[in-house]
Amino acid sequence: MKVNYSEIGLKIGLECHQQLATREKLFCGCKPELFKGEPEILFLRRLRPTQSELGQIDPAAYFEFQKGVRILYEANSETSCLVEMDEEPPHELNREALDIALTIALMMNAKPVDEIYVMRKIVIDGSNTTGFQRTCVVAVNGSITVDGKEIPIQHISLEEDAARKMGEEGLVIRYRIDRLGIPLVEVTTGPVISTPEEAERVALAIGRILRATRRVKRGIGTIRQDLNISIKDGALIEIKGVQELELISKVVEYEVQRQLNLLKIRDELRRRGLREEELKEDFVDVTPVFKGTGCRILQRAINEGKPILAVRLPKFNGLLGFELIPGLRLGSEMSDRAKFWGRVGGILHTDELKSYGVSDGEIVELRRYIGASPEDAVVLVADRIENAIDALKAVIERAREALKGVPEETRAANPDGTTRYMRPRPGAARMYPETDIPPIKITGDYLERLRANLPEHPEEKVKRLIRNYGINEKLARQLIDSEYDELFETIVRETGVTSTVVAATLTETFKALKREGVNVDALSEEQITEVFRLIGLGKTSKEAIPEIVRWLVAHEGAKPEDAVRELGLTMIPEDELEPLIDGYLSRNRGLIAERGLGALGALMGMVMKDLRGRVNPEVVNRILRKKLAEIVKH
Amino acid sequence: MNFHQVAGVLRGMSERLPGYKGLALKVLLDVGAEIGDLMRITKGSVVFEGILIPRSEYSDDRHIVIKNRSGYNVGIEITPETRVERIGAEMKPTFIPPPPPEQKPGLPRVTILSTGGTIASRVDYRTGAVRPVISASDLYSIVPELADIAVIDAEILFSVFSEDLTPKHWSAMAEAVARHIVGGAQGVVIAHGTDTMGYSAAALSFALQSLPVPVILVGAQKSEDRPSSDAAMNLIGAVLAASKAPFAEVAVAMHETPSDESVVLHRGTKVRKCHTSRRDAFKTINAKPLARVMNNEIIMLTDDYKPRNPERKITLKANFDERAALIKFYPGMNPKIIDWHVSEGYRGIVLEGTGLGHVRRECFPAIRRAIESGVIVGMTSQCIWGRVNMNVYSNGRDLLAMGVIPLGDMLAETALVKMMWCLAQSSDPEEVKRLLLTNVADEFSSRSVETIEAPKTIVSS
Ligand SMILES: [Zn+2]
Repeated sequence: MKVNYSEIGLKIGLECHQQLATREKLFCGCKPELFKGEPEILFLRRLRPTQSELGQIDPAAYFEFQKGVRILYEANSETSCLVEMDEEPPHELNREALDIALTIALMMNAKPVDEIYVMRKIVIDGSNTTGFQRTCVVAVNGSITVDGKEIPIQHISLEEDAARKMGEEGLVIRYRIDRLGIPLVEVTTGPVISTPEEAERVALAIGRILRATRRVKRGIGTIRQDLNISIKDGALIEIKGVQELELISKVVEYEVQRQLNLLKIRDELRRRGLREEELKEDFVDVTPVFKGTGCRILQRAINEGKPILAVRLPKFNGLLGFELIPGLRLGSEMSDRAKFWGRVGGILHTDELKSYGVSDGEIVELRRYIGASPEDAVVLVADRIENAIDALKAVIERAREALKGVPEETRAANPDGTTRYMRPRPGAARMYPETDIPPIKITGDYLERLRANLPEHPEEKVKRLIRNYGINEKLARQLIDSEYDELFETIVRETGVTSTVVAATLTETFKALKREGVNVDALSEEQITEVFRLIGLGKTSKEAIPEIVRWLVAHEGAKPEDAVRELGLTMIPEDELEPLIDGYLSRNRGLIAERGLGALGALMGMVMKDLRGRVNPEVVNRILRKKLAEIVKH
Repeated sequence: MNFHQVAGVLRGMSERLPGYKGLALKVLLDVGAEIGDLMRITKGSVVFEGILIPRSEYSDDRHIVIKNRSGYNVGIEITPETRVERIGAEMKPTFIPPPPPEQKPGLPRVTILSTGGTIASRVDYRTGAVRPVISASDLYSIVPELADIAVIDAEILFSVFSEDLTPKHWSAMAEAVARHIVGGAQGVVIAHGTDTMGYSAAALSFALQSLPVPVILVGAQKSEDRPSSDAAMNLIGAVLAASKAPFAEVAVAMHETPSDESVVLHRGTKVRKCHTSRRDAFKTINAKPLARVMNNEIIMLTDDYKPRNPERKITLKANFDERAALIKFYPGMNPKIIDWHVSEGYRGIVLEGTGLGHVRRECFPAIRRAIESGVIVGMTSQCIWGRVNMNVYSNGRDLLAMGVIPLGDMLAETALVKMMWCLAQSSDPEEVKRLLLTNVADEFSSRSVETIEAPKTIVSS
């Protein structure tokens, strides 16, 4: 679907969350690491929804609580202490994390606040043992420039990461608290991004600045993007947890498509003349219709003694099966809601009943039984009666929203770029001060110290690399993204190998090797530098690099000299090379007689094919050219 | 206790701009600002907008704190280029309790007396200040489950942090409990700060004799406004015990483990706070806990208890003589500490000795002088667990010979409370000694038994 984004008023704001590479967690001395294997410590909690400042209780949270949802926390003693267990007040804010967050803020031209207040942001899904996330704004009003456009950075915050969800069994949700308390920096842009591609570029630019500090964690799950997306007439949708940069534009495209299609459904419902009052919570037990059904799902429910409850959605026929984005229909949105509010396995509806083995006769009978006209849709839930009722109430609610357009909600990103319903969008952030942590004053001296040690801004570094090393912009950017930029400068300085060769190796060659499955990251900086040192000394050639790297990765702790020796990649000295080349010439007299000087290319190919990595092609070329010229002359 | 900011904000509550002083106060007064007003503070190119928040009284006079639109508080320093404007009055949020749940007929009547502390307080979301709230309707709205257990009658006795409570407060508590029991309460719950709850529990155990119904002290380690608070579960456990436990004793109800699975009821004379912050900070020492509340059921953990009997007439002995001290012995302790107490008119001293009940020989003359001048000296152990035995070593035998009274396996804190109580019951030293050694409220146990394991968190699927 081709979309004119400015016409539909697309507005995107980004929230980048990046884990910091500190020695300790944000509010205690635990290692900021995850653990594998079985937990040593288990404890069970319930989180009781508390009232907001206006005396309101978050309905979703209260609902979960009333259902008796309990949270089983897993921990081990190395990565968690009583602070993460919410059995001990937080310690003081980790100063190392604050240094990094403020460094990032200064790099984004943000203005640090004069006094930092740690706040509690209510989060009641169990991901925080306290029921709130500790967070503080460290700076405001920053900006970065992306492709000439100024992107405002509203604020930069320092906060604790949440626990990891490990599973859900019935009413027990399992979380592991190793991740809880790892310092995160949150960078929030203004909602000024206007295309999916721009969102991706902005995220990339922010990521570059974060990594320029060299003090952020790397690897999957260490950076997460939340997207706030809205279009004209649509709704502000918060999409949480996009882990891959490359997915951002896709998530935006899908979300726009989803909202546009929901608007189409709204228009169609209006055209059909649906009024909100027609959507009633009249639930009918239709179990008798399906006695002896061929539908496995329904049959199993009947065998388990669960009733089949149905509700009529007037004028919805055909719309539940309408695809919003690949794999997501209005029916699936209703199903997500039913699962959330009713804790049921899912719903069935008339647009798809046949594919679940329900016969035409049963569908006719169902419609008759519930009084549904052909214009209506019918939704079924087979579960315990209380759950089924909650589920169908949620379906009716979602149907009412369909009549209005796009419901505001928080969605979670799937690995393919589509999204799923997560929870209703919380109202204004519910925050109150963390009274266990005193406010922190940010002094001018402290900021001066940080300013004096700011890492080079990635954009300036690009310019400097081009200027000082004569490499092109593409290579310079690739170097920065590869994070070998510092190593690159060291290698060029210490080995004398041409900068373009070093840059291309560290970026393109390494990327190609990674693609073939070679774990280049396992190489130490010393090993990489040594490889180039050998090239610089003429002991091996740049053509030998891929082979040396493969060998080094396969032989942990080995030295590049070992690789060169073992692989037989030692350079052939010129005095030994000459007789070898003489051999090629005498074996190919016919060719030379036929083509004269034009045989150079073919001969070069033969030599290099046999001796690649052990000879310098320029040297071979020089010797060949000289000897060939002599032969032709005679 | 919470960070000093809380106390500071609390103390400044009556002022119009709590916590602000000097320059900041002047600037705010100049623009006519009040807490909760919408402010705009401009500083160079940066504009902060948000509502004015009170400030800790211990902080400096150069910063103004506002809560910005996304809910974050930030402090802004006043410099020559800072412009402060009041741009409007924000709606002033107040705590609006939801409607109380429907009261079920035929439930037992339970009184909840509030004395202060974490369990009876909540945070003002705007300021972070902790303030006491406990009326019956507040309680029902915060913990609606209570309406299914009992008909609650609530009374605020006082609102003090538990470290500020004195023996006079114990007397007031005891009198209030007796009044409510005589008035027909089928159980009494006392909401109490945790720091000295063990002392109050012991005091009530001695002051309230021949109880007809249970008296349950309850606290919380995390304030009620936190989603993870232990307050609601402890309170539910306490009210459940007050309304239907088979015993008629003073007990403390708190979490048994870090899990929200069980509340344990500790006998008032045998309980001690043993951790600064954990939910399961309270432990029964040298005995089995009385009972456990799990899945809304009360499970007795001992057969040895005084049964509930609503016909029984309560006897109130609510006086305490504060001229008693608890002195912890430590290596090198100066014996003059003991002399000082004698000269100040103390009538009783509870020593917290080492091991089986010892102090250094250097202290002997001072102890002898104390006893000769009529001061009653008792011995407990700083080991916390175990009983004193002063016959094993000569040090102990010498102290016994001087007239030091070994107090068995009684907790040192309980022994102090009991000393105060005994001294108030009689002016005759022999009678005080007799009472001190009489087992009044199961403060002594004759047998030392292995403690009971708390239930392990089990993964149920
Ligand atoms: Zn920790």
